[in-house]
Amino acid sequence: MSEETALLQVQDLRVEFRTGREIVNAVNGANFSVHPGETLAILGESGSGKSVTASTIMRLLQSPPGFVTGGKVMFKGTDILKLPLNEWRKMSGKNIALVTQDALTSLNPVFKVGWQIAEMFRVHGETNNGDPMERAIELLERVGIPAPRDRANDYPHQFSGGMRQRVMIAMAVALHPQLLIADEPTTALDVTVQAQIMDLLAKIKHEEGMAVILITHDLGVVVDVADTVCVMYGGRVVEYGKVAEVMRTPAHPYTKALMDSAPQAQQKGKRLKPILGSPPDMARLPSGCTFHPRCANATDICRTQAPVPSTPVDGRMSECHHAESVYHASVNT
Amino acid sequence: MVVCLNVTMQKAYIMPLSTPETTPKAREPILQVRNLKKYFGGGGGFGLGAKKTVIQAVEDVSFDLYPGETLGMVGESGCGKSTVARTLLRLDEPTSGEALFHGKDIFTMNPQELIQLRRKMQVIFQDPYASLNPRMSVEATISEPWSIHKDILPKEEWPDRVRDLLESVGLRRDHAERYPHQFSGGQLQRIGIARAMTLEPEILLCDEPVSALDLSIQAQVINLLEELQERFNIAFLFIAHDLSVVRHISDRVAVMYLGRVAELGTEAQVYETPRHPYTRALLSAEPNLEFGKTTSSDRIMLQGEVPSPANPPSGCRFRTRCWKAQDICAGEAPDLAVQSDGNLHQAACYFPEPLPE
Repeated sequence: MSEETALLQVQDLRVEFRTGREIVNAVNGANFSVHPGETLAILGESGSGKSVTASTIMRLLQSPPGFVTGGKVMFKGTDILKLPLNEWRKMSGKNIALVTQDALTSLNPVFKVGWQIAEMFRVHGETNNGDPMERAIELLERVGIPAPRDRANDYPHQFSGGMRQRVMIAMAVALHPQLLIADEPTTALDVTVQAQIMDLLAKIKHEEGMAVILITHDLGVVVDVADTVCVMYGGRVVEYGKVAEVMRTPAHPYTKALMDSAPQAQQKGKRLKPILGSPPDMARLPSGCTFHPRCANATDICRTQAPVPSTPVDGRMSECHHAESVYHASVNT
Repeated sequence: MVVCLNVTMQKAYIMPLSTPETTPKAREPILQVRNLKKYFGGGGGFGLGAKKTVIQAVEDVSFDLYPGETLGMVGESGCGKSTVARTLLRLDEPTSGEALFHGKDIFTMNPQELIQLRRKMQVIFQDPYASLNPRMSVEATISEPWSIHKDILPKEEWPDRVRDLLESVGLRRDHAERYPHQFSGGQLQRIGIARAMTLEPEILLCDEPVSALDLSIQAQVINLLEELQERFNIAFLFIAHDLSVVRHISDRVAVMYLGRVAELGTEAQVYETPRHPYTRALLSAEPNLEFGKTTSSDRIMLQGEVPSPANPPSGCRFRTRCWKAQDICAGEAPDLAVQSDGNLHQAACYFPEPLPE
């Protein structure tokens, strides 16, 4: 994949949180890019830096305590992080939109839902192409809300969790962004509703031809909807590649261990294979490779020297000293 | 046992209590829940305006729990699975029904008997932070049950036993002096498990015990629970919404929908040959890790969301979202009927899914 065609490129992004007592290194040099029309999943456990990465891209990082200490976020050749905030606000919405996990806190409780969607058109000065309210109602219909004309006059608390998430999606795609960032969009939802929302996202993505960054901790969701995946650990992208390839033949011990720890039907009756120990304390990251204290493949070099990205196979990136051997071991099983 | 003299009593909800032959662990059940019903609200008098909205959280739930087995209970939010656990512990008073623990009804026990019951029936909750007292050291938390049940362990043996227990759940002996804020979520859940083990219970109610944990930590806690079950022959009522976790740990599985048991059977019966349409839809909605196994084309997309338990549909509660629903489904609620593939397998549906050829 060529870097020039990338829609969004995150280069060596570093974000830290300065609390009174310590510095928490939430993101430690993350690199990835998204191409037009692609669905990229960012997979990681809590504290891996995936959501902080999303809020940094959206310029929603609360500062203080959060500070971007390095790196770039290039969107079609512009570094988003360097834009004045008012220019970014004009640009976002039309270019990059965000859907978060908790739709109830993302919507304003005291305004009607239709009004909140129509605000997208008003704020971005798009009042010439028809009445904003009418367009909001069309959007509600498009995301599958029954009786959209009536529902537009309801307040967020009158919607169920799944319906609120639909409203969020309507708002996000109002101005036809080229990139949608969905941060755990279905984590708070039940599995049957999750399937509906994932289906809707796939439909809208297809209609709009937009790229999606899907942030999730759910391996199943990644397998289901994403084209490519970044596996994050300790604030870095430790493995990147096509979903099917990464999941079948992981080239990073963490990816492999994560897959192994998920309960699967064919292992019924056997013990699960957990990852030993706990995720790293982001204020006191281990030396060398951040995964080495929990890694089955760790050797001396892992304790002292941070691994650099390697390419064990075409189209794959793995940040591991033993990427080649891990990859070949997983090919052979 | 004067409770539960309502209409539903006349229906064939009481299942045959013959010992199922296909479960090796089966003996006499230690817990028999019959026609459990729990409504919230509707008492009137309280609150402003005292609107009499009645939440029908659990409606006519019956199941058995056998020694040493794991009965998984799955369902989406609001299906009543946690309420079942809470009423069994008498943290919420049931509206009607009975729950026989070794033949004695939990719901009519007096406070003295309840204390003895809870010695045999312990619980671990979802949120490990909220279920431990932040001002009590781990040692104080774990040894507290012994100060209530004084006959179990002489006081001079407490410190040693606390540390033994910590080791048996994979923590260190010196963790006893620490306080909850010094632990991670997975470690706190281990402490909660150690505390539940102090009285050597026969039943452990696990209410979403791993939902708050990351995947890598979740596997550690599940393994720990399985080890403890094998060592002490504890029966688990394992409540969770994660289908793959429930499948992994359970011998039998009850699928709940809006306060009722939709389907009950062995893990293989429920997951391999589901008979209730809801079970099928639920299983197909779960994203699958195995490539090519579930594709979006054979996924059953349910319309809408779970109706409100304040105003559930008449008859079969799933009928408003069911693609098989006909007039009969709106009438009498279907019984949890025994399916042709074995007396362990029951589904409450007029039009059960056919068995595969």
